[in-house]
Amino acid sequence: MEGDLAHIGAGLAAIGSGAAAIGVGNVAGNFLSGALRNPSAAAGQTATLFIGIAFAEALGIFAFLVALLLMFAV
Amino acid sequence: MATETVDTHAADAAHGAESSLSFHPMDQFIVKPLFGGDTVNFITPTNVTFWLAITVLAIIGLLVLTTSKRAIVPGRGQSIAELAYGFVHKMVEDVTGKDGLKYFPYIMTLFMFIVVANFIGLVPMAFTTTSHIAVTAVLALAVFLTVTILGFVKNGTEFLGLFWVSSAPLALRPILAIIELISYFVRPVSHSIRLAGNMMAGHAVVKVFAGFAQVSAIAPIAVLGVTAIYGLELLVAFIQAYVFTILTCVYLKDALHPHH
Repeated sequence: MEGDLAHIGAGLAAIGSGAAAIGVGNVAGNFLSGALRNPSAAAGQTATLFIGIAFAEALGIFAFLVALLLMFAV
Repeated sequence: MATETVDTHAADAAHGAESSLSFHPMDQFIVKPLFGGDTVNFITPTNVTFWLAITVLAIIGLLVLTTSKRAIVPGRGQSIAELAYGFVHKMVEDVTGKDGLKYFPYIMTLFMFIVVANFIGLVPMAFTTTSHIAVTAVLALAVFLTVTILGFVKNGTEFLGLFWVSSAPLALRPILAIIELISYFVRPVSHSIRLAGNMMAGHAVVKVFAGFAQVSAIAPIAVLGVTAIYGLELLVAFIQAYVFTILTCVYLKDALHPHH
């Protein structure tokens, strides 16, 4: 096994991807439960759904970026 | 994922030619001069230049050549062009409102460029231009500057009302103003990194799975994995273009109507 603390940090940053997964799942799940209650209103809200997913996902991408920086820039 | 592959890569280099993994997942993002040589100057034609040019030509082919006949019953190409136009037009109208339609050409340009660049990047051996933050940061900064300048031109100092949440209790407003200000300036960062990060991560995952195919025991699973991830990437390529465009529309709406 080779590597240094930066590699451990990169691995820890990957936890952020899991956190983003929870966030995206929350958004999509709540959208689905709302959509099943009122299907006629669901179609108009898909844009909001994607905006919400994008905001939740952005922070996971930040974690990925931190991992990349630790791997290749530090 | 990256840690593991880099270690494999280093181990390969140590063990020499008999090793299995002959490429690195991040190698596909290296910017190389197109006609040999090592130095990349400001004006060197690189593989990025080449694939950006291909992207622009593809968009011209899709939007101009297919619609030049103006058939009443559209063919395949014209149908795609009309669908893309209608899709973005409806998006701008829904999110920004009628007065946002003035800026539809800009948003249509953004959408077509990103979606075509994403799809062309999925062609095997192609270079994904949108996987580089240098490309997406220019797009996001252009949106940020446009929207900010437009906000001040259209609303004057009332544009600052975007940061002054008048529906909140008075004591909270200064704190909220600081938060709103920070989130406003983080916009171009997240806007650009979301697209670049998604494209980079997806393509790296495809290459990692492709690397597993060199171990013959798990090769069938790896090939199925590449196929599945490729399908997912087709979806992501479209969704990220959609998300970039719709966020542009949201920012534009904030600039046109800054009141909360």
